[in-house]
Amino acid sequence: MTPLLAVNGVDKTFTMHLQGGQQLPVLRGLTFEVGRGECVVLTGASGVGKSSILKMVYGNYGVDAGTIVLDRAAGPLDLAGAGPRQILAARRDTMGYVSQFLRAVPRVPALQIVAEPLVARGVSRADAEERAAGLLGRLNIPERLWALPPATFSGGEQQRVNIARGFIAELPLLLLDEPTASLDVRNGEVVVELIREQLAAGVGMLGIFHDLDVRDAVANRAIDVEAFEAGPARMAG
Amino acid sequence: MNTDDRVLMQARGVGHNYGDRFGCCDVSFELWPGEVLAVVGESGSGKTTLLGALSQRLALSEGTIRYRLADGEEVELSQLSESRVRNLWRSEWGFVHQNPEDGLRMHVSAGGNIGEPLMATGWRHYGTIRATASEWLERVEIPVSRIDDAPVTFSGGMRQRLQIARNLVVSPRLVFMDEPTSGLDVSVQARLLDLIRYLVAELGLAVVIVTHDLGVARLISHRTIVMKEGRVIESGLTDRVLDDPQAEYTQLLVSSILGG
Repeated sequence: MTPLLAVNGVDKTFTMHLQGGQQLPVLRGLTFEVGRGECVVLTGASGVGKSSILKMVYGNYGVDAGTIVLDRAAGPLDLAGAGPRQILAARRDTMGYVSQFLRAVPRVPALQIVAEPLVARGVSRADAEERAAGLLGRLNIPERLWALPPATFSGGEQQRVNIARGFIAELPLLLLDEPTASLDVRNGEVVVELIREQLAAGVGMLGIFHDLDVRDAVANRAIDVEAFEAGPARMAG
Repeated sequence: MNTDDRVLMQARGVGHNYGDRFGCCDVSFELWPGEVLAVVGESGSGKTTLLGALSQRLALSEGTIRYRLADGEEVELSQLSESRVRNLWRSEWGFVHQNPEDGLRMHVSAGGNIGEPLMATGWRHYGTIRATASEWLERVEIPVSRIDDAPVTFSGGMRQRLQIARNLVVSPRLVFMDEPTSGLDVSVQARLLDLIRYLVAELGLAVVIVTHDLGVARLISHRTIVMKEGRVIESGLTDRVLDDPQAEYTQLLVSSILGG
């Protein structure tokens, strides 16, 4: 069976033009797969390129070499070579991203931010907001906050809004960048529960978890990113 | 974003010269329904000239612009007669100016400013026009009690919201925006951007928005074109252009954003 996500021979180097064209090689020959219903975690020292991998899959970073093939319902798509429109479509129907930080228009209420990915997929606003309310409730966001923009929320509350937004659309692939980083134990457990439910439903996940208890609770496999670390920095020309 | 898969506008090698100097040149892109394209650059980069050329307010010096009309017919914009272009402005296109004074009739009532484009497309019933105007005032968060007041009495943010209502009331398919938030206070900007984002998604509009502010591009656009000295320096998915900029100039712009 085709894996949900197949990363093959991926290289990534940053060129810093403002530092005299300095080359920062990050990854060489990165290769791994994520199957349906499987949680693969990325491990390795800070700065080794774990977040860069998630950003390449999600399209925020370009890819210098290799392929990143996502098995969409519409057919396989090589994200490494995909155009903006294809990446946007894949984000809408196949992959979601949960980061540590919420990036939202300042004035939009939390409930609407969480409901938005469903509305974008054609679910009615009322149904989407009902599902959003259910998730916010499970994640212990008090109901009095739902109509407020999250800009004024605590870091942990913002993160839980972000998690709700990432989980609501039940997309086939979830990219998780430290989803439990600033959560207390009780909320961390809710997130672990949500992850397990989605895994059981067949969702594939690729994640970074510094919290070892959370990692052990959800991970099926670990990929040591240091094995794909590129060589030292070089000056251009 | 809606699911119409046919390109709405396709620009190929577009340029506009001012005498022997070019304002912009060799600009190519495709725009789909429901998509927001940001054109970013500093002043003098040619972004406003490009907007003028795309919207037929400036003549095309080089290149082609294919446009798919509401009835499905594909046309080359530079070959349309003046009356057909005027018709596009009445029924399919909108233009939101940086200064609301340029897009509004400042001494006509708010209701009149919204009703006028409706009358230009054949609406005649006063009650229906007034009801629609009230509805739009609500959508752009202007108290309906101000319907008979002229925009000259409005704040900058309210004027800009009225200009947006005047443009969107006829359900255009493509809206050009020239720095629509840049003259406003930061808090008013956020509110306006949010409104634009919401209406664009709800109505499935295509938008070409010119801005010098990468934060504006980040918040509302799907794709971004970076311009410098009249030419495209870099283009692509907005997140990618801002998070992993390739060109030296784009890296400089991104590194100059306050607070990331």
